Amino acid sequence: MNIDVRSVQRATVGRGIAHDSARKHVAGEADYIDDMPELPGTLHAALVTSPVAHGKLIALDPAGALAIESVVAFCGPDDIPGHNDIGPILPGEPLFASEIVDYVGQPLGVVAAETFEAAVKASRAVHVDVEEREPVLDVETAHEAESYVIPSQTVAEGDVEAGLASAEQLIEGRLEIGGQDHFYLETQIAYAIPGEDGDMTVHSSTQHPTEVQHHVAHVLGGLANSVDVFVRRMGGGFGGKESQATIIAAAAALLARKTRRPVKLRLKRSVDMSATGKRHDMVATWKAGVRKNGRIEALDIEYLARAGNTPDLTGPVITRALTHSDNSYFIPAARFVGHACKTNTVSNTAFRGFGGPQGIIAIETIIDQVARELTLDPNVVRAINYYGPETGEVTPYGQPVEHNRLVEVTETILATSEWQRRRAEIDAHNATSPVLRRGLAMMPVKFGISFNLTSLNQAGALVHVYQDGSVHLNHGGTEMGQGLFMKVAQVVAEVFQVDIETVKITATATGKVPNTSATAASTGSDINGMAAYNAATAIKGRMTNVAADHLEVPAEEIVFREGRVHAGNRSISFAELAKHTWAARVQLSEAGYYATPKIHWDVKTLKGRPFFYYTYGAAVAEVAIDTLTGESRCLRADLLQDCGASLNPAVDLGQIEGAFVQGMGWLTCEELWWDEKGRLRTIGPSTYKIPGSRDVPRDFNVAILENAPNGEETVFRSKAVGEPPLMLAVSVWLAIRDAIASCGQPGISPKLKAPATPEHILEAVDDIRARGSATGVA
Amino acid sequence: MNAETKAAEAIRFVLNGKTVEFAVRPDTTALDLVRLHAGLTGTKEGCAEGDCGACTVLLRRGDGPRQAANACIMTAAQLDGTELTTVEGLKHDGALTPLQDAMAQNGSSQCGFCTPGIVMALTGLIEENPEPEETAIHDALAGNLCRCTGYRPIVEATKVAAKAKPASIARSVLPPLRSEIAVGGCVLHQPGDLAGLLELRGRYPDAVLLAGGTDLGVARADYHSGWDRIVSTAHVRELRAITATRDEWTFGAAVTWEEVLATVADDYPSLATLIRRFGSTQIRSMGTIGGNIGTASPIGDGPPPLIALGATITLASRADGERSILLEDFFLDYRKTAMRPDEVIISVTLPRLKDGELFRVYKLSKRYDQDISTVCGAFWLRMEGDTVSECRIAYGGMAAIPKRAKSSENKIIGRPLDSESTRAAVEALSDDFSPLSDWRGSAEYRMKAAGALIQRLAHDAAGETVEVMAL
Ligand SMILES: Cc1cc2nc3c(=O)[nH]c(=O)nc-3n(C[C@H](O)[C@H](O)[C@H](O)COP(=O)(O)OP(=O)(O)OC[C@H]3O[C@@H](n4cnc5c(N)ncnc54)[C@H](O)[C@@H]3O)c2cc1C
Ligand code: FES
Ligand code: FES
Repeated sequence: MNIDVRSVQRATVGRGIAHDSARKHVAGEADYIDDMPELPGTLHAALVTSPVAHGKLIALDPAGALAIESVVAFCGPDDIPGHNDIGPILPGEPLFASEIVDYVGQPLGVVAAETFEAAVKASRAVHVDVEEREPVLDVETAHEAESYVIPSQTVAEGDVEAGLASAEQLIEGRLEIGGQDHFYLETQIAYAIPGEDGDMTVHSSTQHPTEVQHHVAHVLGGLANSVDVFVRRMGGGFGGKESQATIIAAAAALLARKTRRPVKLRLKRSVDMSATGKRHDMVATWKAGVRKNGRIEALDIEYLARAGNTPDLTGPVITRALTHSDNSYFIPAARFVGHACKTNTVSNTAFRGFGGPQGIIAIETIIDQVARELTLDPNVVRAINYYGPETGEVTPYGQPVEHNRLVEVTETILATSEWQRRRAEIDAHNATSPVLRRGLAMMPVKFGISFNLTSLNQAGALVHVYQDGSVHLNHGGTEMGQGLFMKVAQVVAEVFQVDIETVKITATATGKVPNTSATAASTGSDINGMAAYNAATAIKGRMTNVAADHLEVPAEEIVFREGRVHAGNRSISFAELAKHTWAARVQLSEAGYYATPKIHWDVKTLKGRPFFYYTYGAAVAEVAIDTLTGESRCLRADLLQDCGASLNPAVDLGQIEGAFVQGMGWLTCEELWWDEKGRLRTIGPSTYKIPGSRDVPRDFNVAILENAPNGEETVFRSKAVGEPPLMLAVSVWLAIRDAIASCGQPGISPKLKAPATPEHILEAVDDIRARGSATGVA
Repeated sequence: MNAETKAAEAIRFVLNGKTVEFAVRPDTTALDLVRLHAGLTGTKEGCAEGDCGACTVLLRRGDGPRQAANACIMTAAQLDGTELTTVEGLKHDGALTPLQDAMAQNGSSQCGFCTPGIVMALTGLIEENPEPEETAIHDALAGNLCRCTGYRPIVEATKVAAKAKPASIARSVLPPLRSEIAVGGCVLHQPGDLAGLLELRGRYPDAVLLAGGTDLGVARADYHSGWDRIVSTAHVRELRAITATRDEWTFGAAVTWEEVLATVADDYPSLATLIRRFGSTQIRSMGTIGGNIGTASPIGDGPPPLIALGATITLASRADGERSILLEDFFLDYRKTAMRPDEVIISVTLPRLKDGELFRVYKLSKRYDQDISTVCGAFWLRMEGDTVSECRIAYGGMAAIPKRAKSSENKIIGRPLDSESTRAAVEALSDDFSPLSDWRGSAEYRMKAAGALIQRLAHDAAGETVEVMAL
């Protein structure tokens, strides 16, 4: 297929059209699963969860719960007709713990009652007895015991030992990187409706309907064709509803099967936050061999990732951390190792960026440390290490860096953010301000687009044109707020040259488009958009022939424009042509399909070309910190993001801003806190603080890179945007480090944990003051 | 109250312009009432603890304005005789309001789950403040979380909408309040005066004494045990009064924090700054000053500044009448107070600041808005020339109760507020406090931060900018 990049004016694609549900959102008329009219007899369910972090399950007795008025049923591990396994990649991940409990909050069973309140009360009345065992609560302990949920992974290239040995300077460091709860505003929910023949219809708030379908079938002991999954919209996902949604859907389906009644399972916030996984917290340690000018010649990074009790998606998350540990820098000798540490905490999962953020904050901290210890300008150290713009230098995992925009984005952002002037002003301010210090930092992001696992890079779509010219669109992608449905509808409207209102957006349904991949890895519009493009283009081709017959011209002379179909001066409406096409007995429906080209990946050697292309972005952030209390504030942020030829700049802008603020939250105020018994104590918004409106940079300048069509043949030459801008928030983290560094002597690099809470900032300020001058300090 | 009067058997209020009655237990949450009983699903549940704002509705009581409030932690008991507006009640003749329209056009929603709550919070703002500054918009959004948008388009849309003239809001006639409502084994008493309140308190000391419900409602929303008898303070005339004399302010216990805020801005600007960070508009429009004291939390924000200012509180019971004590003597131990089971708090009295007196209160938390204090420090100093002649320092978050830092005070009294005396005061903190570690901060951080606030005070008194938010 060949898409003309330069076709000047498009009708629909490239326009900043508002989210398809915007008017319903503001009116409270957009229905989420909990808002759907309930069928008569609907039951409400609640999970029963483990109160302890580790131990042998001795008793699970629902008698007390079933005695409560209006409580109808309980399902535990013994009530599963099929398999008690919902592992998304590897088998062995139980829906309900059956012998050993492995974390506080782990689902043990589920109860159903006539009301939600009764179900919640019943869930607390199930008697759980566990013989407690010593839990492993931190990654270091697990690592010492070599206790991993999957084998360790290594991305390596070049002779690292030799590089470190011959380096002019050796730089060593360690970084604790916090995890993050998704905090989608809509908690996990599923509504399961039993049908005849043991069939099950499930409305699920999931990014991965196909996986929900398969696991519900598996748990019920049926085949995939007995389960239909629907997803109209989610109240946010961010990766948290990729694999985790199956727990909720499968538990609801079990009860629906058992009671033969519709069952809705909606998690209370505290249960959602304790029972379902989060972004992996990691500890990174490194050795870098550098030249005096800041060029990194060899780099060895080791990550200890908190997998939690099972693998879930930890394998590919670590892969992505390792394949982003280079970020924008060509490192001739590199070894990046990731261990998936098994702990008695909830199994961590996908979260926007999927390991990329951890890799990028590690390498950016390394660059910053190198610059500080060598008393060089961090931006100079960055520039000297960038992948060359023309050379096609190869990443440690073997992919050449093509269509490189690093210099363009970083030089642009330095200019538009008035870096030089502000750098001087901030330094002058810090020289005379005892309490409040400012910091400034710039950083680039290079992010690889495609699922690392090649087989996931495929998508399907279903397009129907009806006889009245209206279009029905369905595809495998799910809508979680990111504007995917609108973007794909724009693609279809563009192909047919019809008004966007003509294209009906419909709920994702496993019965319409099967075997889909999760809406994840930022690939949603790339792959579903292309599948829909292919479907619409096929129909349009057939309609063109009908039009040619009807208007008695060669097919080449038929032009679709503004809802009409033209041949020279004559035209008919798109609707008329639809009717003619039907009358001519030509098919007006098509299942489109797309598989991302060019990519391949060897999971054993971690080498190949995992990514179809890279996106590029850059950010400059300015912060202020209070060196007495550790409070901080982001005063200004300037972002520039490469979206290729954006399908919808309004939607993309929203993705950039939202991702950045979410990334800021990860690195500043969002802190997961476990007590000594392994209980997560930050399980609601009163204790787990995501950014509020005042936390957004006071001065927030966001731009999309202009005139930058994708060098690869993506749908209308656009680029993915969901995840990459989250990592631009590392600039805020670096700016905080810069402010802290101003409290120490030149040559000293701050030691700051992520997130940079007031407590961690104060710790780092006190530490850098105590370390005095560089000389004599290791 | 007349014992013969039969209790009403339903909650009656105006919902989106129509008077409605619901025969639900008064301890039913307002969110359940709206979503499950009234079938209005535009109002969402994001947390059920008053912290995310997805459930925001507008509530009008008496002849006050429509105020944003959290339906999740409100109970039906608080709705009788009021006017409640949900997002379904905003449209005029089927058309979106200017705010809704601006938000829909400006990319202010992505997943949309937070959106109805945000629309309600901002509608409450614009009705009272038609051309809000950016700060006022942030103040109004402090109780609303959005995980998708990064807020900028929401703030922008508010500015756009504020320029359009909002349609005038029809005020409904409120149905009269009933003094007693009993449904499904739950009895609600709504006394109108102090005598009635004390009578009920004496008769039912175990009943739930409900003010704004922003503490009590959190447990209710978590479906812990129900309340079988509720005595509401919300309509007690004497408890709703604010009085000012030349020397002092007196706030009735049922005065809301929004009302306190509107009153103290001139006299105690530092206190006003703190109150603006007390919960959110939603919390402050319901939560009361008496409830904050009555709940006796070691991390409550009211007690430290009130203690530092030298506040007294007045308690009363039917049996023994009124008595006044210093607020600092009210808190005895973790959630234990000097209040007897048949007593209620009637009012809080604050001396006005005189010439030469300096008052500051600082709150430290992980997030600036809508967060519970890790440490809250309040300072009142009387200066004679350069010398501190008298001083009261009180902290929250440092002990089992809000507590004075007497050893530190002694290091400052009789000296100028300089680096020497502040250093001594900081060091003396360990004589009075040994704080706990939790998710809000470790013991070490709390100690350091408490000391930092004394240092901040010295910089502040010297006229320096001391807070990042002031930049
Ligand atoms: C999201 C959220 C944010 C919050 N943020 C803050 C914050 O920033 N700072 C802070 O300090 N608090 C905060 N709170 C706590 C709460 O809002 C305050 O403590 C509030 O002042 C409580 O008042 P109320 O009227 O709602 O109390 P209620 O919940 O009605 O009552 C609380 C307690 O006080 C008792 N009580 C009430 N009135 C009287 C009386 N007249 N005499 C005797 N006892 C009485 C009640 O019986 C009950 O035990 C927050 C709460 C929530 C849910
Ligand atoms: S649901 Fe979160 S504040 Fe009410
Ligand atoms: S739009 Fe999704 S939480 Fe605000």
